[in-house]
Amino acid sequence: MIGESMYQELILEHYKHPQGRGLREPYDAEVHHVNPTCGDEITLRVRVGDAGKIEDVSYDGQGCSISQAAASVLHELATGSTVEETLSVVDEFTRLMQGRGQVEADEEVLGDAVAFAGVAKFPARVKCALLSWMAYKDAVVRSASR
Amino acid sequence: MTSTSLDVERIRKDFPVLSRELPGGRRLVYLDSGNSSQKPAPVVETVREHLAMHYGNVGRAMHVLGAESTEAYESARDKLAAFVGAPSRDEVIFTKNASEALNLVAHAFGPHLWGATEAADPRFALGPGDEIVISEMEHHSNIVPWQLLVQRTGATLKWFGVTDDGRLDLSELDRIVTDRTKIVSIAHQSNVLGTVNPVAAVLRRAREVGALVMLDASQSVPHHPVNVAELGVDFVAFTGHKMLGPSGIGVLWGRGELLEAMPPFLGGGEMIEAVWMDHSTYAPIPHKFEAGTPPIVEAVGLGAAVDYLQGVGMDAVEAHERELTAYALDALREVPGLRLIGPASLEQRGGTLSFTLEGIHPHDVGQILDDEFGIAVRVGHHCARPLHLRFGIPATTRASFYLYNTTGEVDALVRGLHHVQKVFA
Repeated sequence: MIGESMYQELILEHYKHPQGRGLREPYDAEVHHVNPTCGDEITLRVRVGDAGKIEDVSYDGQGCSISQAAASVLHELATGSTVEETLSVVDEFTRLMQGRGQVEADEEVLGDAVAFAGVAKFPARVKCALLSWMAYKDAVVRSASR
Repeated sequence: MTSTSLDVERIRKDFPVLSRELPGGRRLVYLDSGNSSQKPAPVVETVREHLAMHYGNVGRAMHVLGAESTEAYESARDKLAAFVGAPSRDEVIFTKNASEALNLVAHAFGPHLWGATEAADPRFALGPGDEIVISEMEHHSNIVPWQLLVQRTGATLKWFGVTDDGRLDLSELDRIVTDRTKIVSIAHQSNVLGTVNPVAAVLRRAREVGALVMLDASQSVPHHPVNVAELGVDFVAFTGHKMLGPSGIGVLWGRGELLEAMPPFLGGGEMIEAVWMDHSTYAPIPHKFEAGTPPIVEAVGLGAAVDYLQGVGMDAVEAHERELTAYALDALREVPGLRLIGPASLEQRGGTLSFTLEGIHPHDVGQILDDEFGIAVRVGHHCARPLHLRFGIPATTRASFYLYNTTGEVDALVRGLHHVQKVFA
């Protein structure tokens, strides 16, 4: 059924066992994003090391399984990569989410985030998936302007 | 379990949508009537017939269609007046929805501050030191118009609290409603809790201090016999789409002499008596408050909805929903980790049940109920964010019943909730 294509095992797994959750020091930028339609919110910090390498993405917040799992997957994908690499993943993820289910996901770029492909068919839930990723993009931009 | 006076299977046949199939072969289980109700065939047919054969503008066209359209529109007003026991048909103002009705009344306050030409009625004079009272359980449509009003006038907004079991907290009634209070505006029935509020107690205190009383009856008029004259309040707002009618049509009932004393809301065609270049005079009520071409077909459709509800009988509708609510309260109690937000007893409550499931976000609950079982509920804060903050939760799942719902659908909801819990176990 439709629901099962959205609630992939990987998403449920990340929701039940979120990776990297909790706000940590040190960090270069902190942002707070909310989804006014459902009240989901996230506070997210990034720590950028030498040579533009993301040393940590830490976060805390509340929301549905999609928004919480997306933050967990983001933490895994971003930590250890360069800012540039992560931003291209964010772009690909955004393209997938806004593609109304018509966009072919690039698994090589997205890794585990490809599990969210089913969410794109539910316009009301796309913002849930994007909440932490947009917060991350914002935080990275702010860290660069410091 | 069937009601003695309402044949639900026969009623369901009047609602074409209830027999449609959803994508994937699911059957529709519609438990979202508190959000918007479905429409019976007579309403659909009346709207179609009017659009196809009788449509013209109202109140001005000098031809057969104009006359037929005006007759249909105005007879809808008669039906609405009779339905809610309005002493006069002219006290029934057609608006776009309940929100517009609430805004219309809020707009009447404080005209002395922006220099209206007529001498302002002191009951509507509002400024610093004056107070308006609402409650924590209000829908945003009974909050924001008053917030805007106090911003314009410098008046103060005060709130009744809500008790832990979801009742209006009147323990400090005399402290909250004082001789500075100009109007008290509360929900007749909460759109989240299902609570039916004790209007008489609030009204008694308001009368002592000379304050007006308004009810947001959006959730009561569709589900219970409501008589505005017996209620004894000053204003009642409700909306057509929650009572089997089309969207785009709502009603403000107000006591005639108050409506006469109020300034117009929107200016435009049909609300005037005469217009000069330097000023205008206004039409008598109800037209004073109906600027521009009104929602003609929507009003006619709402008239048909009222006919339908009266055919079934509002006592029967109320009794049927009461049975469903009793059944659902018992059934939901068996779901582990379910926290009901609202009264757990049948006393003074309607068929709206909001709840949380431990560890599972309402959006996930609603999504799985819909995707896998075709069960339509509402999830979120239901336009009552202060109430959710009061209970320390961001959102709830809400099931709301109407005359076409069955105990079998309550069973489907409970099965669905058990499945949701399995997915997230």
